Amino acid sequence: MSIQDILLQQLANGLILGSFYALVALGYTMVYGIIKLLNFAHGDLYMLGSFVGFVILSILSPYIGNSWAGILCSMVLSMIAVGLFGVLIQRIAYVPMLSAPRLSILITALAVSMVLYNGVMAFTDGQYLAFKTDLGFEGLEFGNVFITYTQMILVGASIILMIVLYLFVHKTLYGKAMRAIAIDQDACRLMGINVNKIIALTFFIGTSLAAAAGIMAGTYYGSIHFFMGFVIGLKAFTAAVIGGIGSIPGAMLGGLLLGLLESFGTQIPFIGTEWKDVFSFGILILLLVFKPTGILGKTEIERM
Amino acid sequence: MSDTLLEIENLETHYGKIHALRSISFSVREGQIVTLLGANGAGKSTTLKAISGLIRSTSGSIRYLGEDITRKPAHEIVQMGLIHVPEGRKIFKGMTITENLELGSFTLDDDAERKRRMDHVFDIFPVLHERKSRDSAFLSGGEQQMLAIGRSMMTNPKLLLLDEPSMGLAPFLVQQIMKIVLRLNKEGVTILLVEQNAKVALKLADHGYVLETGKIVIRGSARTLQQDESIVKAYLGEQ
Repeated sequence: MSIQDILLQQLANGLILGSFYALVALGYTMVYGIIKLLNFAHGDLYMLGSFVGFVILSILSPYIGNSWAGILCSMVLSMIAVGLFGVLIQRIAYVPMLSAPRLSILITALAVSMVLYNGVMAFTDGQYLAFKTDLGFEGLEFGNVFITYTQMILVGASIILMIVLYLFVHKTLYGKAMRAIAIDQDACRLMGINVNKIIALTFFIGTSLAAAAGIMAGTYYGSIHFFMGFVIGLKAFTAAVIGGIGSIPGAMLGGLLLGLLESFGTQIPFIGTEWKDVFSFGILILLLVFKPTGILGKTEIERM
Repeated sequence: MSDTLLEIENLETHYGKIHALRSISFSVREGQIVTLLGANGAGKSTTLKAISGLIRSTSGSIRYLGEDITRKPAHEIVQMGLIHVPEGRKIFKGMTITENLELGSFTLDDDAERKRRMDHVFDIFPVLHERKSRDSAFLSGGEQQMLAIGRSMMTNPKLLLLDEPSMGLAPFLVQQIMKIVLRLNKEGVTILLVEQNAKVALKLADHGYVLETGKIVIRGSARTLQQDESIVKAYLGEQ
């Protein structure tokens, strides 16, 4: 393979990985933006999304098959179900902790994460489940590089989801209220905005995006596991910080960038795939030292 | 005599152990401009926050349009046409002027009406129209105050609570803001104005109340308050 082929191959890999990171990072950053909570259970909601999608697909596949139609249906249903579950978690576990010290709610989030992955572990006996799809292996050849339609559709779908989110947040009144709540909650109350409702909506959207990524990952890798949310949770958090935590375009950019950096990083001589995680968390540390607000993040001005 | 729009009776609030308001009673009639005066920390802002539902009062009652709103959440009070323009303006920095105004009409479903109200705001504040697509963070203090008032007008208020609209503004801007307050009042909006700048506030107001450490110590028509030299000296400072 020529150097060009390698670069193209890594570009394709990086975009896929990056779009998963970006979708998960969006939920992290949106929740952080409005209630300053690092929702450590977010990666587990991605995992839960893929398991719920798996169950729905198993039920639906006798009727509509497990090609794109089946995957799309189970993705939409799983996004709704897991999104509502995210709102439930927020109501039960986080709302009562909002007035407590910041550390308490952080620990609550870790506890929710453990409950989720241990719960799924108990249900699945800790086994890998095969995420069966009939997508075939057709694709396009670019020189010596072969990229399947599945890969292209997955990247396309995540980009569509991100565009829809961007339009929602910038063009609709509810989206604008979400951004406004991140700026000043009291001012929002004085505009007649029901702040709790908008926070719940934010959890719903963030969680359903993670669920979408979970199903896409199941489709792409072909197997799912109760612990799959752990590393991607940390990576997505890294991506959100790289882009500037609290910034929605930042999460998209940070996710794609981290995916690409990781893919290309594996090509650096003497840094093999096994160094992938060291590479991305190394980037996080460097960024925190040199630009702690992230690429698109703003310096937070402490209000009196 | 016109009808009573807002009636506060024996209102008490606490911040932790601090007793912020001590049995405050006063009323605002429809069409009036009423001003609450007093030094820093006297409880003026606390009174407004208690009325708009941002803080819960410990006892006493707040009646608006004949309904008890003492325990109503802030976002529901807004829907009754009682709008609070808070201290420090609290505009949404990072969002454009148009977006700020749109959020002012959050409770409205009618897009044509939204546009009509926005045109009205732009008519009163042409400077906002010129910069409507710009980030509100770059506005000057006076323009931010105009945006805050404009945003509250998007809700189509019956009663407007204004918390120190003159704060930090140059004298000619204070005059301009006060002219607008008067214009809104002429258009039928009842106004409860909190001010440290007593001279300016009493010029507009029908009635005034002076607060001191959480209690109303003086009440009367604006004219009497203005003429009483000792009151002006003792409570309102010389400005």
